Amino acid sequence: MSVLAFFGGVDPWIFAFSFITVVVTVWMGFRSAKQTRTTSDYFVAGRSVSVGWNASAISGEYLSAASFMGVAGMVMSSGYDALWYPVCYACGYLFLLLFIAGPLRRFGAYTIPDFAEGRFDSPLFRKIAVCFVLFIGFFYTMPQMKGAGTTLAYIFPGMPYWGGVVLVGAVITLNVALGGMKGITLVQAFQYWIKMFAISVPIFVLMAVYGSYGSHLGANDGRITPGAEVPAVVQTVGEDVQREPLATRAPADKGWISPFGPLTTKAAKAAGLSDEEARPYSLLYTYSLIIALVCGTAGLPHILVRFYTNPDGVAAKRTTMWVMILIGIFYVFPPVFGVMGRNLLPELYAATGAKGTDKVVLELPRVLNSGGGIWGSILSGITCAGAFAAFMSTFSGLLVSMTGALAHDVYGRILKPGATPAERMRMFKISAVVIGAIAIVLGAQVEQLQINFMVGQAFAIAAASYFPLLFMSVWWRGMTMTGAATGMLGGGLAALACTTVINLSDLKMIDLTAFWAANPLLRILCEQPAIWTVPLAIVLMIVVSKATATTTPEDIRMKMLVLHAPEDLGLKQEYIQEHTAGAGH
Amino acid sequence: MSVTPPPPSDVVHSEAFLRLLMRRQLKLSVACAAAFLIVLLGLPLANYYAPELMATRVAGFTLTWLVLGVLFFPAVWVISWIFIRRSIHLEKNEVGQVNQQREGRA
Repeated sequence: MSVLAFFGGVDPWIFAFSFITVVVTVWMGFRSAKQTRTTSDYFVAGRSVSVGWNASAISGEYLSAASFMGVAGMVMSSGYDALWYPVCYACGYLFLLLFIAGPLRRFGAYTIPDFAEGRFDSPLFRKIAVCFVLFIGFFYTMPQMKGAGTTLAYIFPGMPYWGGVVLVGAVITLNVALGGMKGITLVQAFQYWIKMFAISVPIFVLMAVYGSYGSHLGANDGRITPGAEVPAVVQTVGEDVQREPLATRAPADKGWISPFGPLTTKAAKAAGLSDEEARPYSLLYTYSLIIALVCGTAGLPHILVRFYTNPDGVAAKRTTMWVMILIGIFYVFPPVFGVMGRNLLPELYAATGAKGTDKVVLELPRVLNSGGGIWGSILSGITCAGAFAAFMSTFSGLLVSMTGALAHDVYGRILKPGATPAERMRMFKISAVVIGAIAIVLGAQVEQLQINFMVGQAFAIAAASYFPLLFMSVWWRGMTMTGAATGMLGGGLAALACTTVINLSDLKMIDLTAFWAANPLLRILCEQPAIWTVPLAIVLMIVVSKATATTTPEDIRMKMLVLHAPEDLGLKQEYIQEHTAGAGH
Repeated sequence: MSVTPPPPSDVVHSEAFLRLLMRRQLKLSVACAAAFLIVLLGLPLANYYAPELMATRVAGFTLTWLVLGVLFFPAVWVISWIFIRRSIHLEKNEVGQVNQQREGRA
């Protein structure tokens, strides 16, 4: 009886598509995990596949729940300002390509902790860098968990938000602990194409039935105001667009479609400033957001690893070009969901948490059912499958890198350096369960926060810690370990503190409403800290490095050569031989 | 720590070569980044100082929405395509130069 009640209201099509995606992903993960046993297999896996497959795999790993669900939800709720998210997610990759990817690839550092140790000959610095893998990782898992909770609450209307978080979190954690779901090229590539298919096909069908992207945007011209009761047909650019009545909580057309709208003016509006007075604050907010997203991409722990699964430098560059194209095309689509959702499904504005705008991608195709038939359900099932692909691939990728950091670096190098392989293996499983459990508990708290907003915070922390570290160490030979560590910790911890305060206050765990209203500037600098934390980190690095200039590594010229000289000169081999012959750490 | 580096007998290990190498590559990266940053950081300024112009409707889109939501991506592709082509070319040149000088010494 209770089982029947649980399945009541479940759309069989949606359930079927989601279920198949989960089963296929888990199965493929296990199958590939059986074939690849060693760490080098894991990293070299990409070397036997073509540029096309590899580019799909990188894109598949990159597109998380934030890209798939969060962008659409945020465009729907905040309008134009939210477009910076997809644009900067894609453009951040360009920054990575221009300044960091090439040198890091030549250096042969697979992860940021590897690089930190190699560049400064300092195992201590490796440990510091590892802590940030965990910090950034947890901030990045929370939105994935919110995606999972939202999707399951949509598929099973009777299920509470936290139920979905626990279920999905447990399945993936178990999977990782048992050794499946590693970053296998084939699985990731497959997931990119699921996501691409799931985001684009429903949009083309919806546009064919309800009018194009442009005409839906054109319909937002101020003729319908929030709170109006009746649906209306609005004529734009030669097409009629149906608009449902807007909920009173929805932003009005003008603020929604123009820059400096509700997202960036929130703090200033809460302080009671007028539209004109709020504009400089919005500009500041926008710039800080751009800096966080563009610089932060370079520091996401699970992104850099994928960069090295290429046979040589030329292939790596070609792959990157394809990645930019694949993710660029993808990011055109989510905002379309947000725009059409505003016109066709405005009741989402009235709800919050798992029932709010973050689920517009899942629910929007179902409006097709109103004309009879099941196509809406089938398409909605397809977008649900895409959502599963998104948060499963990202969460498992993060879990693997965080578990690796905890088991390999924290346990294997700090707590018990002499551990046997069997002990390490057991520790990997325990770590996976511990980290999975923490991620689930954290994820269950954040129902009221927007997916995209949370990912932005993870980017802000990465931007203030890893980005300055990588950028400065690659291009400035005067950098010392002390300088690098001070800058990374200073910038990173400042950003971490700011985002934590903002989250606690937004979740109403501490009450700062009056304080924020009195200090809108502080609120913005706390909510989007990148504009001051990134320069802070860089300045700290320069000042402290100058003060400790005597401690620059002795073979710094050789290190810089390995970072910058073309691979064809064979300097890397020479460097490794010298290094292993000289020091024994 | 580690062994002292070998004396810079080879052209590859010379200070001058490293400086040249880093300067050339950084110049290329900075040039591409500048092109990208002008667009990225210029758009909020355009929105700020010319809101009416940026709100002009183009096939339903506002001009600024069309630029940010659609046209931005191809622009980034062009920049990265140029960067990749030039940097592959640069590396080939460097390798060619070194090989020539090595042969000249031998």
